[in-house]
Amino acid sequence: MLTRKNYSLAGLCLATVGLHLLTVLADAPFYLTQLTMAAYYGLVIIGLGVLMGYAGQISIGHAGFFAIGGYVSAALTTRNLAPFEASWPVRLLDGLGLLVPGQDVYGAHLLTVSPWAACGCAVTAAAVIALIIGVPVLKLKGHYLAMATLGFGTIIYRILLASPYFGEADGISETPGFTLLPALGSWGPLVISGDVEHRVANFYLAWGVLIVGAWLLLNLIGSRVGRALRSLHSSEEAAEASGVDTARFKLQVFILSAVYAAVAGALLTHFNGGIGPSEASVMKSVRYVALVAVGGMTNLWGALIMGVGLTFLSLRGVFGAFDDAVFGLILIFVMLFAPDGILSLRLKPLLRRMFLGGPS
Amino acid sequence: MSLDLFFQYLFAGITYGAIYAVVAIGFNIIYNATGIINFAQGEFVMLGGMISISLLPFMPLWCAIAAATALTMLIGAAIEMLFIRWLQSPSVLRLIIITIGISILLRESALHIWGESIRSLPYFYGNEITTFSVGSVHISPQVVWVIAASGVMMGGLSLFFKSTPIGREMRACAANRTAALLCGINARNMVTLSFMLSAGIGALAGCVMSPITYTQYDSGTSLAIKGFTVAILGGLGNSMAAVAAGILLGIIEAFSVSVVPLAFQDAISIAILLIILFVKPHGLFGSSEAARLKDF
Amino acid sequence: MKSGIRRWALGCAAGCLVLASALSTATAGTVKVGAIFAVTGPASFLGGPEARSAEMVVEKINKAGGINGDTVELIVKDSAGSSEKAVSFAKQLIEEEKVVAIIGPSTSGESLAVKKVAEDGQTTLISCAAAEVIVDPVARYVFKTPQKDSFAAQMIFEEMQRLKINTIAIAAGNDGFGKAGKEQLEKMAPSFGIKVAASETYDSKATDLSALVAKLKADAFIQAVVNWSVVPAQAIIAKNMRQVGWQAPLFQSHGFGNIKYAQAAGAAAEGIIFPCGRLLVADALEAAHPQKALLTQYKNDYEAKYKEDASAFGGYAFDAMNMVAAAIKQAGNDRAKVRDAVEGLQKFAGVGGVFSFTPQDHNGLAIDSFAMMTVKDGKFILYQGR
Repeated sequence: MLTRKNYSLAGLCLATVGLHLLTVLADAPFYLTQLTMAAYYGLVIIGLGVLMGYAGQISIGHAGFFAIGGYVSAALTTRNLAPFEASWPVRLLDGLGLLVPGQDVYGAHLLTVSPWAACGCAVTAAAVIALIIGVPVLKLKGHYLAMATLGFGTIIYRILLASPYFGEADGISETPGFTLLPALGSWGPLVISGDVEHRVANFYLAWGVLIVGAWLLLNLIGSRVGRALRSLHSSEEAAEASGVDTARFKLQVFILSAVYAAVAGALLTHFNGGIGPSEASVMKSVRYVALVAVGGMTNLWGALIMGVGLTFLSLRGVFGAFDDAVFGLILIFVMLFAPDGILSLRLKPLLRRMFLGGPS
Repeated sequence: MSLDLFFQYLFAGITYGAIYAVVAIGFNIIYNATGIINFAQGEFVMLGGMISISLLPFMPLWCAIAAATALTMLIGAAIEMLFIRWLQSPSVLRLIIITIGISILLRESALHIWGESIRSLPYFYGNEITTFSVGSVHISPQVVWVIAASGVMMGGLSLFFKSTPIGREMRACAANRTAALLCGINARNMVTLSFMLSAGIGALAGCVMSPITYTQYDSGTSLAIKGFTVAILGGLGNSMAAVAAGILLGIIEAFSVSVVPLAFQDAISIAILLIILFVKPHGLFGSSEAARLKDF
Repeated sequence: MKSGIRRWALGCAAGCLVLASALSTATAGTVKVGAIFAVTGPASFLGGPEARSAEMVVEKINKAGGINGDTVELIVKDSAGSSEKAVSFAKQLIEEEKVVAIIGPSTSGESLAVKKVAEDGQTTLISCAAAEVIVDPVARYVFKTPQKDSFAAQMIFEEMQRLKINTIAIAAGNDGFGKAGKEQLEKMAPSFGIKVAASETYDSKATDLSALVAKLKADAFIQAVVNWSVVPAQAIIAKNMRQVGWQAPLFQSHGFGNIKYAQAAGAAAEGIIFPCGRLLVADALEAAHPQKALLTQYKNDYEAKYKEDASAFGGYAFDAMNMVAAAIKQAGNDRAKVRDAVEGLQKFAGVGGVFSFTPQDHNGLAIDSFAMMTVKDGKFILYQGR
């Protein structure tokens, strides 16, 4: 078990380096932009995958958590606090050293929350909200659970669209980069931003986050908790009977997957320099669920590969105006012919059946 | 709030509610036969409207509506036969995701067939500004059409399920599929039939509401979400409850306008729904025993 | 596990193939122009006609032998109205396709999101979205073609003053167009002595607004309603107002400049007042008008090619594409020079109006680019006062 997990992770690390080398060899560094974005979406998808596949809980509201992460971080780092400089909450934040001064395009004085603090807030907010709604929501079952999570996602979407603070329909733009590490000696600073000079660093950072995320989840799956999780999906009653606190595990996984979505949302927002309400829409949540399904619900690697791969193609606009249509088709075909995910397809027997007409 | 305003809100709410309710009934028919929620239900509504509008230049209105309903029923049956009928004991989650895929596919096809612009059927009676007054409340005749059509569909369905042999067989399948099979009922045909029925109901609803709401390639999605909300609020599988829940949700939405900004309308109505679900996890009129019989 | 590794290898190989096949280099004798439009998704009302108009322009240019002998290659990317895709596509077009300029995006949110990308990439971006913040503050490389919301608001308020209206209600869609307009209306109303008694935002997918109308009508002080959106709801609000027998004047924005909406509202559309570019009344313009020839030509070409009515939306992209073409003609396939050429365009007749850019004004239109219009017998005509 252990070795297999480590092999896979090492494979993922190698693949990351390999992808980078490929873009270097092909003299096509611009591929890294979409690969970076896709890695963040991949993080959402593996988190959701564990929730769906191992805890057996569907969530059609994960774009909501992604948006909480992205929007809170973007709003705090972009909205100017200078007019409120005298008020006590701002003074308190300033006293804690959480504010950074800056200048806008007119040269006016800007005062914003530092990205580290903003990101921390964003992820904490997502975790707390997941906790608050998770307790009642996870008591629901089946379609009622689907409806409740869909409802949660819709509420977040509506609030973002209706609040001037979150930019209503325009979302938030001109979000500054996120300086993770300041410049050290000959090393430049490590900044999450879309600038060309930070592109390679951002690529490794995003894939690093994805790998760490996958590593944590693999550990979770292999642990005692994980075995309990698997029992959950097959039979909740049996798990309960053998003394597993199913409700608690479900809640923990729900919060964990919300945190994954929020982290991805916050980091991607700084990389893109902004976020729009489309990130919170129901269609986005549906897409995440569908990507998990296409990859295979109890197959973390499948979800990861399909999630990153299809998102990458979609972000490159490969399917043009047929993006959604192609996506729908893939969804139907995978669910019809490979309900355990596309990687579960046994290609050889399938090909033999198709070309030789022999038995599979 | 004056009495006039109260009634004006009430009628606005009933209009919304009647529209939500007809979509929800379509959800319930398939749910009863298969235990799944067909997320493509909203697309049936859209297809009904679109096809009838396309046929209108060639035939009178009622013919176009009848033909659109029949065509959509065929599409519903074809979808079931192509994507669902031949699956061997599929899990419910798998079926749901397939219907989501079908919904996306139908919507995108509609975009590439009809384009993105809006269309509508003409008002069945009078025109856009015709109203008749009850007291000081103005009601558009089309609203009456929508309410009447929902009523007729409800009545027709309950007659169909109670008094025709096929209807009884469908109910038997819904209650206990294995037992129905043992009694010699072809459960697969019943599922196909349920798709046809709900496609037909959706299409008819799409035609009747088209003059009020207009029809566009993606109008199905938001209707499906509202219909799903209402079906859940009422308690899945119970059509009468869906109507009550639809009207309730519509009225909540209409009256919420008077207290909170319209922009928060959906957030408010869904928050209320969530609270109801937390208190009554199987909807307002659903029973937990019935829900336990379904596997998902 | 073995099969797992094999699958990995297969996946990597497939990835290489995709990478390699997608790499394309610009062939000699072509000029690449990028376009980002919301062809699908919630903003497809805008993106659809925009993409078609731009394609029509390019087809025509190429049929006539291209620009300075070079064929124009228009690369249209469908952003489905989402800003993350718009950002991704803008970077792709700039770095990878090495386009000389980008037209679009369709919505304000996307335009604001890619503003910095265009600046960093030093590539001209001619947005087809409404919000004034796109060009205010002015960014060196960012332009826009739709008329300013503040001009539309100003014309509406001036007409209200003539009609002695002093208390109004605002309704707007919850998309970028509605948001930008609502902000301008609320900001400018006090300076015209007009009080905004209610300001509401409805969902772009709203199917009925009778509850909102009932609420507004109940306020006896409200003398007129201004609705600002690009979605079908602007026909719905007209219907709902007239259905309850409320005859107060209804003003709309230039988003109403699509005959489909007037047709959808039918009898309820009669008497709606709105400012719009002159495309809708092209036939009625005097022959000497600088836009006359262009407008009739665009209208006829578009309607012949796509069998649908030309709308003001498509005109935004038509203008943007023509500007880029004119700039390329002057400056050749060079980003910096094309930018300067666009900024140097003077008295450039377009569908939206006659553009004259300056370094301070990257919209280039004056208030006379709008004309007040109304609906009579289901047709748009110039408004002559009530």
